[in-house]
Amino acid sequence: MKSKLGLDFIKVAEAKKLARNIAGNVQDFVKDYSTVASERTLCRLIGIDGVNADDVPYPNIVVDYLKEKNVLEQGVLFWLGHSIASTGLSPQELAEKIADESFDITKTEIQSIEKFHAALQPHIDKAVQRIKANRKKREDFIAYIGEGSKPYIYVIVATGNIYEDVVQAQAAAKQGADIIAVIRSTGQSLLDYVPYGATTEGFGGTFATQENFRIMRKALDEMGQQEGRYIRLCNYCSGLCMPEIAAMGALEGLDVMLNDALYGILFRDINMQRTMIDQYFSRVINGFAGVIINTGEDNYLTTADAFEEAHTVLASDLINEQLALIAGIPEEQMGLGHAFEMDPQLENGFLYELAQAQMTREIFPKAPLKYMPPTKFMTGNIFRGHLQDALFNQVAIWTGQGIQLLGMMTEAIHTPFMSDRFLAIENAKYIFSNMQNIGDEMEFNENGIIRNRAKQVLDETLELLKKIDYEGLFTALEKEFSPM
Amino acid sequence: MNDGRAQLSFTLPVPCNDEAIEAAKQLMRKMGFENPQVVFYKELTQGFTFFNCYGESTHTVDYTAIHVPKVQTEVMAMKETDAFIRTHIGRPLVVIGASTGTDAHTVGIDAIMNMKGYAGHYGLERYDMFEAYNLGSQVSNEDFIAKAIELNADALLVSQTVTQKDVHIKNMVQLVELLEAENLRHKIILVCGGPRITHELAKELGYDAGFGMNSYADNVASYLAKEMDRKVNGGGLKNFPK
Repeated sequence: MKSKLGLDFIKVAEAKKLARNIAGNVQDFVKDYSTVASERTLCRLIGIDGVNADDVPYPNIVVDYLKEKNVLEQGVLFWLGHSIASTGLSPQELAEKIADESFDITKTEIQSIEKFHAALQPHIDKAVQRIKANRKKREDFIAYIGEGSKPYIYVIVATGNIYEDVVQAQAAAKQGADIIAVIRSTGQSLLDYVPYGATTEGFGGTFATQENFRIMRKALDEMGQQEGRYIRLCNYCSGLCMPEIAAMGALEGLDVMLNDALYGILFRDINMQRTMIDQYFSRVINGFAGVIINTGEDNYLTTADAFEEAHTVLASDLINEQLALIAGIPEEQMGLGHAFEMDPQLENGFLYELAQAQMTREIFPKAPLKYMPPTKFMTGNIFRGHLQDALFNQVAIWTGQGIQLLGMMTEAIHTPFMSDRFLAIENAKYIFSNMQNIGDEMEFNENGIIRNRAKQVLDETLELLKKIDYEGLFTALEKEFSPM
Repeated sequence: MNDGRAQLSFTLPVPCNDEAIEAAKQLMRKMGFENPQVVFYKELTQGFTFFNCYGESTHTVDYTAIHVPKVQTEVMAMKETDAFIRTHIGRPLVVIGASTGTDAHTVGIDAIMNMKGYAGHYGLERYDMFEAYNLGSQVSNEDFIAKAIELNADALLVSQTVTQKDVHIKNMVQLVELLEAENLRHKIILVCGGPRITHELAKELGYDAGFGMNSYADNVASYLAKEMDRKVNGGGLKNFPK
């Protein structure tokens, strides 16, 4: 592809090489470790689910038990595998026995390695088959029935009640949404367990539970059949239970997951090493399940200035790309993030946004880029807000973005009404159709504002990556390179 | 002009048909609108219809009898505020801010505190005479108070963005209760802010002031400077170092 921006691809290659090095150094650390969340994820993957009478999830019970006995270092599968081989019980039965203290898993008889593997294999196979079947179901649906064209229209539902979410999601799908994201309840990222069952109470969102996933997946499959278009389901794989949610999503056929490597560290003050280990495992699962990950670069811009700190977004995209590649996620599943968040008062702001979006497109040509709408400068003037969202949609169709998280004109006022979502979808569809091929027709002046802006951001990104490479990502994060 | 004409948009849980339009009109009449007009309607999903409407309000209000409680501080520019604190207090004010409770949004507190500020209004960190600490989001009230004690804070800024199911009210009231239990409430200037916050609500919940939409760092800074002056000097011009 010929660069419309006259980008220097030698510099791009240099930036990718630096990012690869940064990510490689992180991986050298990650590969030798596990975490409590990763161990709980293994429990879930071999079939441990449900909660005890006090609503404590069985995966937590098993992992906490081993931790208390100081034997978690062996890994949860070590103890479960030998126990299955000795007792013939299923992982779920064992978990329940651990919970009611009728079985001490740490005293189990250690079996031969062959018996150990043979005991675990059927349970592992079951999960693998189920995830593969979900993936095939999605692929078949898209192949035989179809899907929306890119940019996929992505909208959020967030009533707190999964059954109300279903009504909102079905309405959105009918109006043209391609991806429904069920935003999580505020604070879920800081829970060190995943709640269980269908939930109807949440703050600013709905709890991510496996049952809620199942309920929404079913509803969207019905809508997809009706509308003749596959409707993707998105949730949030971040916070303390990052890999567990990846596993639950894979088991229930989710399609898109927010899965940023750094978000928890930067915005939730979660232990950095734990986050890096968890992001790796969660991405391995997402990669295998065919899930598109979304990275969270837009979040930096809610605290930093989108014009001045544009290079940090690109630097983060580059590092996120390399971390994802290490975890086996193909480029086609990388919804690298960026956002339309410059101050609307900025003269030529549209041109700078266009430059950033086009540059991101050219640097990650295969990635279904996730483009985030204006939020920071939405004021309550819904009429101007609708216009800001229109400009955002224009940049998206012009530069071929992959996933368009639609802006809502009532941003900063309330959780969107059904009609807010309708108007946002109408706005996007109108612009996407009316300006369909504008990107093919338009070129940018040599030495003009747009080309120069892209060059400047790429140069600044390169400088930042050099610094991070020199320091190492962990040290750089500790020193808080602003905002990375 | 002054004809009571207003525009409304809303969604009703009814199928999209002639009866739906009539339902919208009847509802508008009950709201007090005469001559209701449905200018646009559309089915959003089965059983839900969206309307854009106009009507003429039949109600009136007495503008002259309105009293809205407000933070009554004259707004000063950054340098003026710094100078005011220098002459009236004689030392920087220690201000701690946070988005407290489960609220994960930092946009409000950042707009008031960060060096860069928001929309051209520099934040408290940029002032010479504020020692500003921004604790970020999801700070528990207990941690917030612990920090206030540790830093010997003069003022606390509480930011609340998420207001679903009135979660912000419970959280804000809890902070006041905890401060009172620690015997700190009277020593500290307690301020809250957020898009759904009003000064009236703030006073009702036991805060000294509340800042809603279209408030910037200079509003908060001016208020803190004047309020501190009032607290230590009774508003008179005296040097009163801590």
